Amino acid sequence: MIWKIILFLLLTFVSIAGISFPIVENPTHWYDFPFIKGLEENAKIIFFHVPTAWLTVIAFFMSTVYSVKYLIKKNLDDDAKSYSAAQLGIIFCILATVTGSVWSKFAWGAFWSWDPRQTSIFALLLIYGAWFALRSAIESEEKRATLSSVYSVIAFLTVPFFIFIMPRIMKGLHPGSADDTNSGPIVNFQMNKSMLIIFFVSLIGFTILYFWMWRIGYKSIIYRDKLINKNYRG
Amino acid sequence: MKAISLYQKDYHSEIRTRYAINSLAMFIIVAISVILFSIGSETITQSLTCGLFWVVIFFSAMSGLGRAFVSEEERGTSLALQLIASPFTVFSGKLLFNLILVFAMNTVITILYSALFEKFIVTNTLLFFATFVLGNIGLAVSSTIIAAIIAKAGSKGTLYPVLSFPILLPLILTAVKLTLFSMDGTSFEDYKFELAILVSYDVIMLTASYMLFDFIWKE
Repeated sequence: MIWKIILFLLLTFVSIAGISFPIVENPTHWYDFPFIKGLEENAKIIFFHVPTAWLTVIAFFMSTVYSVKYLIKKNLDDDAKSYSAAQLGIIFCILATVTGSVWSKFAWGAFWSWDPRQTSIFALLLIYGAWFALRSAIESEEKRATLSSVYSVIAFLTVPFFIFIMPRIMKGLHPGSADDTNSGPIVNFQMNKSMLIIFFVSLIGFTILYFWMWRIGYKSIIYRDKLINKNYRG
Repeated sequence: MKAISLYQKDYHSEIRTRYAINSLAMFIIVAISVILFSIGSETITQSLTCGLFWVVIFFSAMSGLGRAFVSEEERGTSLALQLIASPFTVFSGKLLFNLILVFAMNTVITILYSALFEKFIVTNTLLFFATFVLGNIGLAVSSTIIAAIIAKAGSKGTLYPVLSFPILLPLILTAVKLTLFSMDGTSFEDYKFELAILVSYDVIMLTASYMLFDFIWKE
């Protein structure tokens, strides 16, 4: 209960502060955001877009960890945890892609421009899609759990390659990437204290939200399986 | 040695029906002629030629390599294989068969490409050969392990390219880049990074496949 109250307070604060605090040339009050060249009013998306992308990666990582755990222990509860993490992962992946491309329409002039991070999130979306397609193709529970676990491990191994290949194939457009001339390679230097605090509060809030949703998700799957076993197998 | 016997079994049953070879050969011809028709009398750039080269390779692999384990499941021989051979042997045998198939297929594609596309001129032969070999190994390894998953999932044909594409994407992107480098004369200092990526991709996929195949095969 205490976590839910904290979560409510954090996300309320982030939503109000992130949207309503003004961006000014010379920040004087504690609630003023600095004016970052090349980003301007668009900078505010950092409070909502970056946490969704962060959760996509966390969910993908956790899904793989529980897949490995399933392969070692063969406990179907681990598969439920992995599945629930991936379900949330694809939701946040779509959210990150959509918010990012709406933002990029105003910041870069096009919805999609194959920036390294856009390409990476597209690859993640493909992996999630393939993973759910594989799961829906298999009837038997144990078989589905094993095969999807194996696939998720293989898919996880390809992710580091994208981090190395992408920047060499196309130029980075994202604020803070190595080629960025306007807001510099490190955005943090231009973000003032209030902006940084709200950004990290938002990250923490979204992470708590994720763990809360994940717990509800996997518990409901485990209870459903228990009920099915009780009703059909006595 | 048992892996070689398994390969010979696959080879003989393939020679008897020639199913994979025939469909692969036809697929390559169809794919290349579709590209040639759509280009018409225009000349395309070198980078586009490289991209199309790997597009043809990817889809040919998808049409030909998926059958490695499906054929065992269809004939109901996978249980017998489980009795007489260890998972390591089975995977080695199937991988050997797919490797040879991929090398044959890509040699044909390369010959056809250099004959039909005027912009397909390799200047750095050594680099092209290295890309060709490393790319083929990676392609064969990844598609063999996905083929094993597909066979256990009830041989859903349409699922194969869907599952393979995200796994093969780093390989294809790097190989396209390296093929382009082998044509425009980039120096070793510039392309060694991509070459290293290709080598590490092959090693990681080979190790992971051998480790994970046990779980798939015993399912």
